[in-house]
Amino acid sequence: MKEINTLTAALSEDFTQMETSAGGHAATPFFGQQKDAFKQFETLGFPTTKNEEWKYSSVKNLVNERYSFNTVSDLSEADLAALSIPHLEGNLLYFLNGVFQPHLSQIISPAEQVLILPLQEAFERFPDLVEQYFNRLAKNEEEAFTALNTAFAVNGLFIHVPKGRIVDQPIVLRFVTDARKESSGVFSRMVVAVEENAQVRFVESFRTVGENKSLTNTVTEVHVAESANVEYYKVQIESENAHHVGTTQVRMLDKSQFYAATVTLDGGFVRNNLNIEIDGEFCEAHMYGLYLPDGKQHIDNHTLADHRKPNSYSSELYKGVLLDQSVGVFNGKVFVRPDAQKTNAYQSCKNVVLSPGAKMNTKPQLEIFADDVKCSHGTTTGQLDDEALFYLRSRGIPKKEALGLLMFAFCEDVLSNIRIAPVREYLEKIVAQKLNAENE
Amino acid sequence: MLKINGLRASIGDKEILNGINLEINPGEVHAIMGPNGSGKSTLASVLAGREDYEVTGGSITYNGIDLLEKSAEERAAEGIFLAFQYPVEIPGVTTINFLKTAVNEIRKYNGKAPLDAAQFLKLVKEKAKLVNMNDSLLKRALNEGFSGGEKKRNEIFQMAVLEPTLAILDETDSGLDIDALRIVSEGVNKLRSPERSTIVVTHYQRLLDYIVPDFVHVLYKGRIVKSGPKELALELEEKGYDWIKKEAADAV
Repeated sequence: MKEINTLTAALSEDFTQMETSAGGHAATPFFGQQKDAFKQFETLGFPTTKNEEWKYSSVKNLVNERYSFNTVSDLSEADLAALSIPHLEGNLLYFLNGVFQPHLSQIISPAEQVLILPLQEAFERFPDLVEQYFNRLAKNEEEAFTALNTAFAVNGLFIHVPKGRIVDQPIVLRFVTDARKESSGVFSRMVVAVEENAQVRFVESFRTVGENKSLTNTVTEVHVAESANVEYYKVQIESENAHHVGTTQVRMLDKSQFYAATVTLDGGFVRNNLNIEIDGEFCEAHMYGLYLPDGKQHIDNHTLADHRKPNSYSSELYKGVLLDQSVGVFNGKVFVRPDAQKTNAYQSCKNVVLSPGAKMNTKPQLEIFADDVKCSHGTTTGQLDDEALFYLRSRGIPKKEALGLLMFAFCEDVLSNIRIAPVREYLEKIVAQKLNAENE
Repeated sequence: MLKINGLRASIGDKEILNGINLEINPGEVHAIMGPNGSGKSTLASVLAGREDYEVTGGSITYNGIDLLEKSAEERAAEGIFLAFQYPVEIPGVTTINFLKTAVNEIRKYNGKAPLDAAQFLKLVKEKAKLVNMNDSLLKRALNEGFSGGEKKRNEIFQMAVLEPTLAILDETDSGLDIDALRIVSEGVNKLRSPERSTIVVTHYQRLLDYIVPDFVHVLYKGRIVKSGPKELALELEEKGYDWIKKEAADAV
């Protein structure tokens, strides 16, 4: 008999309670799908390291913890301001412990450019529209965390950009988890639908406050229609006791562009899945990633570029600097399906391990079933280049500064690709601080 | 200015410099020649403070200070400059930012106020002209994707900006075509002054047609086995290194 861990037991109880408390009515407009997903979760169970996809990332600590979900936080506006990215203007949407905070949020883009609504409200007001996009990309049958997210998709946001519209202000989703008083759990579900020839940029920023444990489980479904253009930035600066399992599931149609950067500067246990189905011709997908774990942090990035149609392009650059006893994981899959002739797919993952106690696990995985394609991949893991260090020192730059310069340059290779200046500048500042602190 | 006395250095168990004696006065240009593997580049590296080599004996005095006590960056700040045989490519660091950091770190070491952006830019423009350095290269990542000639020119450009008192050119001629060689040599010659000394490490005499030395030393098996005026270089060009090897063998 399977041993039931703390989290599974608690979630089963929570789910039953959600079901019964509605008194025979559906708890949400999409409760049927939630029920199915919960069943899928129960069938799958939390992954163990025997599962190939979770070989290097054990969720044992994550699942043997009790979290309170959707708790009210008394963090003040000033507390939140201190955690925000300076000078970043736009549509600002706050989530505290997963719960959307309309009074803290501001939507400045006009309604004809973009519809931004809490998921449930969107479902009530525009059921046909939301139905087209919600839970269409999520792989509930494969991923336990995704199934769980669907089952508890009470909180979240629906973002819809109509055909031909350009959202000129970025959409910034700020998730703040308050773990000061108790262990806090968050499920959040984002559905982003960008119609034909429309454009949008959005940022997901994750912060934790407090020393208790926390769990953030997010799923973001991104539909990129024909000729649409989407930029997506995920920024994670979470605590040592934070667990984060997030999946971004993207589907691209003909001639569309998707551009992503995932930057993880801190977080106790982080697993990011970025899966892109390139289901169109002449698409362009870019994935950038940077991670800087220290202490005992564990940061795992899994990516997928799934080329299903011919003539598309994907490129990927992930970089990591590993300090102390931290662990990094990179698993980059590229699928080129039999129909996807003339695919160009490039992947690179470079890591610098600065401490003998740190460890990086990389696994590039190319599965190519078409014969007329250009694909390349490369991973490197090593120390800093001594020759470069000597070169800088021989010009009068002291060792500490030279190391800082080299490390920053290594990271800047990724950061320079962030096209929203306040986000880029903020991350550059934090990265420089973190690397300098390391050099002290 | 520079006094090397009985210098011995090794890498791992292998002794490469085997008792070098050399004295250089201000304004002099010394050429160090020798067959491959004789220790020429090692000498250049040891002078610049590369930590891969262990100095096992002897001394280096430079303007009255014990150079072996100083780190690579301190030596640079004291006025020593090594033009690399293989300049390193450093992605993500632009030439201009790198040089600004270098200039101001050296100024800091010498108790001078840092140059502001305008002062620095003026200096850079002036020196870039001196070595025909293209402005666009300065904004690019340091040496990344530069041709061999561009890399060497960048070395001389850096030397012009940092204004060392002792410049060490480590096989600056290697891999250069004749036009690049001429441009690089002209840059070096423009920087010659009564206060600045230069060590030119080279395998071939060709470079010395352009940078005319005051003295030529032949390094063989980690020692200077012959010294002479500039004509020695011509003799080496004509007769090769075998007679030197023979002389050295006979002397033992």
